[in-house]
Amino acid sequence: MKLNKATRFALFSILELASTPERHLSATEIANKYDISSHHLVKVLHSLVRARLVGSVRGAGGGYRFIGNTKRITLLDIVEIFEDIRQPPVEHEAADETEIGQALSQIMLEIDEITIATLNSISIETFLKTMHYYQEELPQSTS
Amino acid sequence: MKKDKLPNTAESKLFKAEENTLIRDAVQNDLTEIIKLDAQNTGIEKNDYWQAAFERFGNGESGFFLVAETEHHFCGYILGEVRAWEFGSPPCGWVFALGVHNEAREMGVGSKLFDSICLHFKETGIEKVRTMLARSDHLNMSFFRSQGMRGGPFIQLEKNVAD
Repeated sequence: MKLNKATRFALFSILELASTPERHLSATEIANKYDISSHHLVKVLHSLVRARLVGSVRGAGGGYRFIGNTKRITLLDIVEIFEDIRQPPVEHEAADETEIGQALSQIMLEIDEITIATLNSISIETFLKTMHYYQEELPQSTS
Repeated sequence: MKKDKLPNTAESKLFKAEENTLIRDAVQNDLTEIIKLDAQNTGIEKNDYWQAAFERFGNGESGFFLVAETEHHFCGYILGEVRAWEFGSPPCGWVFALGVHNEAREMGVGSKLFDSICLHFKETGIEKVRTMLARSDHLNMSFFRSQGMRGGPFIQLEKNVAD
């Protein structure tokens, strides 16, 4: 599954901010850390502020901070602010009505359901608590 | 800070609950509470199933059947066994039942049950623990994820064989 850019930026921002919720970070600091466009990131952060997951404070020492509930907010909640992954593609072709087309649709639906269930089962807290397990399985650098 | 001076916050309740939760092997007398809790959670009362499960796994030889109690009150159970060489899978621990009383949720009881059964598996030389859940079972999916479980290399498949 390929998430769009805004969704990925939102996930990086939320997880970064939630890892130290008392800390304020500027859009530039987050953008620099993840090597992403700060211009685009600001728009994403505004969406997160509107969704009441992120608070912003202007001026010196200000910036963004996570204000949501790390136990309740899941990865799916964040993804769904930016894209509707529950809906089938809008483009509907005549071939989708054929026997093969319908069977293919069922397989894609099966994959989508697993994706949604997985994203919905991982809270921010769980992600931050367990992400080191994924790190342990990365191939070790030889340098 | 002394334990009895902890403020009455969710965190201190969790601390107290974890401290007071005892995990032990299930005994025959636990079955009534286990059946009741399972029926509350699943909507189906399965007396025969649980009696058979106790007879098979309650002795600690074929599997592990553990219960949690807080201040001498039953508050949860976990059931698992070691399975080996299913389509090439080396021996691994399987957890196939878990229940925690509504009143004891979010107090670390499930984690303590899970940690205990994992310890039993580890003592038998097992390195992996697995489970299978309904995709729609958000409560248990979230719980097992919070314990560090993730999608493994095996996938569950099924087919309708009814006419």
